[in-house]
Amino acid sequence: MSNYVFRMFGSSPMRPLQDHMGKVHLCAAELVNFFEAVIAQDQARITASQQAVVELEHEADKIKKSLRLSLPKGMFLPVSRRDLLDMLTMQDNIANKSKDIAGLMLGRQMQLPESVAPLFLTYVKRSVDAIAQADTAINELDELVETGFRGREVKVVEKMIKTLNQIESDTDEIQIQIRSIMFKIEIDLPPIDAMFIYRIIEWVGELADLAQRVGSRLQLMLAK
Amino acid sequence: MEYAYIFIILACIFGFFMAWGIGANDVANAMGTSVGSGAITIKHAIIIAAIFEFSGALLAGGEVTQTIRKGMIDTSSIAGTPELLIYGMLAALLAAAVWLLVASYYGWPVSTTHSIVGAIVGFAAVGIGMEAVMWGKVGTIAMSWIISPLTAGVIAYALFMSVQKLIIDTADPFANAKRYVPVYIFMVGFIISLVTMFKGLKHVGLDLTTMQAYLFSALIGIGMALVSKIFINRIKHEPSEDKDFHYTNVEKVFAVLMIVTACAMAFAHGSNDVANAVGPIAAIVGIVESGGEIAAKSALPIWVLLLGGVGIVIGLVTYGHRVIATIGTNITELTPSRGFAATLAAATTVVVASGTGMPISTTHTLVGGVLGVGLARGIGALNLRIIRTIFMSWVITLPAGAGLAILFFFILKAIFE
Repeated sequence: MSNYVFRMFGSSPMRPLQDHMGKVHLCAAELVNFFEAVIAQDQARITASQQAVVELEHEADKIKKSLRLSLPKGMFLPVSRRDLLDMLTMQDNIANKSKDIAGLMLGRQMQLPESVAPLFLTYVKRSVDAIAQADTAINELDELVETGFRGREVKVVEKMIKTLNQIESDTDEIQIQIRSIMFKIEIDLPPIDAMFIYRIIEWVGELADLAQRVGSRLQLMLAK
Repeated sequence: MEYAYIFIILACIFGFFMAWGIGANDVANAMGTSVGSGAITIKHAIIIAAIFEFSGALLAGGEVTQTIRKGMIDTSSIAGTPELLIYGMLAALLAAAVWLLVASYYGWPVSTTHSIVGAIVGFAAVGIGMEAVMWGKVGTIAMSWIISPLTAGVIAYALFMSVQKLIIDTADPFANAKRYVPVYIFMVGFIISLVTMFKGLKHVGLDLTTMQAYLFSALIGIGMALVSKIFINRIKHEPSEDKDFHYTNVEKVFAVLMIVTACAMAFAHGSNDVANAVGPIAAIVGIVESGGEIAAKSALPIWVLLLGGVGIVIGLVTYGHRVIATIGTNITELTPSRGFAATLAAATTVVVASGTGMPISTTHTLVGGVLGVGLARGIGALNLRIIRTIFMSWVITLPAGAGLAILFFFILKAIFE
């Protein structure tokens, strides 16, 4: 016999969205290991680490696809469906960008000049920090549902987003420093290598930017 | 009247079958949330539901039964031919029962309330005449089908907001849950018993004044609050469980509240839906007992309510566990703090409707309650296609019930005359 009261309950998209961000975070965090391997010029470790990034990106992709399928139109959600799907896309972009960075560096067998290497590692770590902070904030989504997107919990998340913004501006600072060092040494580097190093600098910076945008989108959800 | 006993026996069989269907199908509405959240086992749910459905039917089912029995048909035009009303009521019961079977076979949404009301109006309008239907009263009933889900939605919204203010959005939600949940439990006990007592318990030998009703209701409320306090105090705060989801411990306190609310819902359901099965029986018994006279003033025989109550209980014992088991796994998204708000809102609305004699759909009311919590941004995902389903159940069930009743009415008339 029909019990349509209970057919009302769709599966909440919050947990899968949190799981997805968790995977994306793992994927980006692997980049720290990857850059350490690049600096150590450990070819076996570089290849293994790049493989790990690719695999984690695949896993995140799977969660993304099943979440998209579980959000048909006509679902009544506590946040707008558009915002949720945008958030998912942004999170996904972080994983894609991580994969691109590892892929390009492995493919071109890139090396980092010694004078910029330690700062470069700090730069990557700080970008990953931004992603970790975004992950922490996203993890509050199920608590936000519990509180009906109101009150103290909203303040907690807003504070997290503020921290995220600070971390992102840290990465901007480091990027400026790296660029000024690069400007001094680029003349001694093979021009094409220098070009690609600049591209990697850009992409690592974009990781932090994307993390920040995930935070802003979360803030939009709170505002409604 | 030559076929008097045959009529009564037929009515009892059809009515009992209806009651069985109501018990088997709708028990999940009341107990599903509690089982789904792991607060109680299916076995306990069945026992609790049996007790409260039965008491609801027996103690508070009288008003709606009277409405179904004689509130919708103006019998003055058939004073000389009472057997018409008997055929009609038998036809209505049979129509609703058959429709229940067909619809559940195909998995269509079906409301027993709508089918029985549609059936009675149908046979009266066609079998007797348009003027035999008390359209004013029928209009009021139709209005109550719109108002009851809306009311439940508003109450659920308010309850959910109060829970947020008093418990969830505070510095120590766990301590506040322990403090305020007994207050909510008092409210549940007080409101449900007050409405029940106000409508009179004369038929079970209790005649209370207004003051006594208030007093007893308050005592019942306090008693329930104290008992639940014992259970709540046993819940220990486990910080480790809050790691993944910060409100795990708070929800454990709400689970106690949800069980109490589920009892209220079972009671409310019994009080309103028993009438769908036994209202027509009461009408037929009334005519036969008064020797063919359509007595407008005759009292409701208590055994009719008993029959309905027993039917519902047998339905939920024999079949209800299967329904609960299938939905129990589906509703992990509904935490006790939400389940309580939606269910209590529905239970209150239904009990008040029972008190005023309005046959409403408990399922639709519960859907209204759930949507109320959803509008307060409290539920992860709700499937709004269910609104369309409800609309469908209106569009299909009313004419189907009416059509079948008209068909059976003329068949019965041909057989017995």
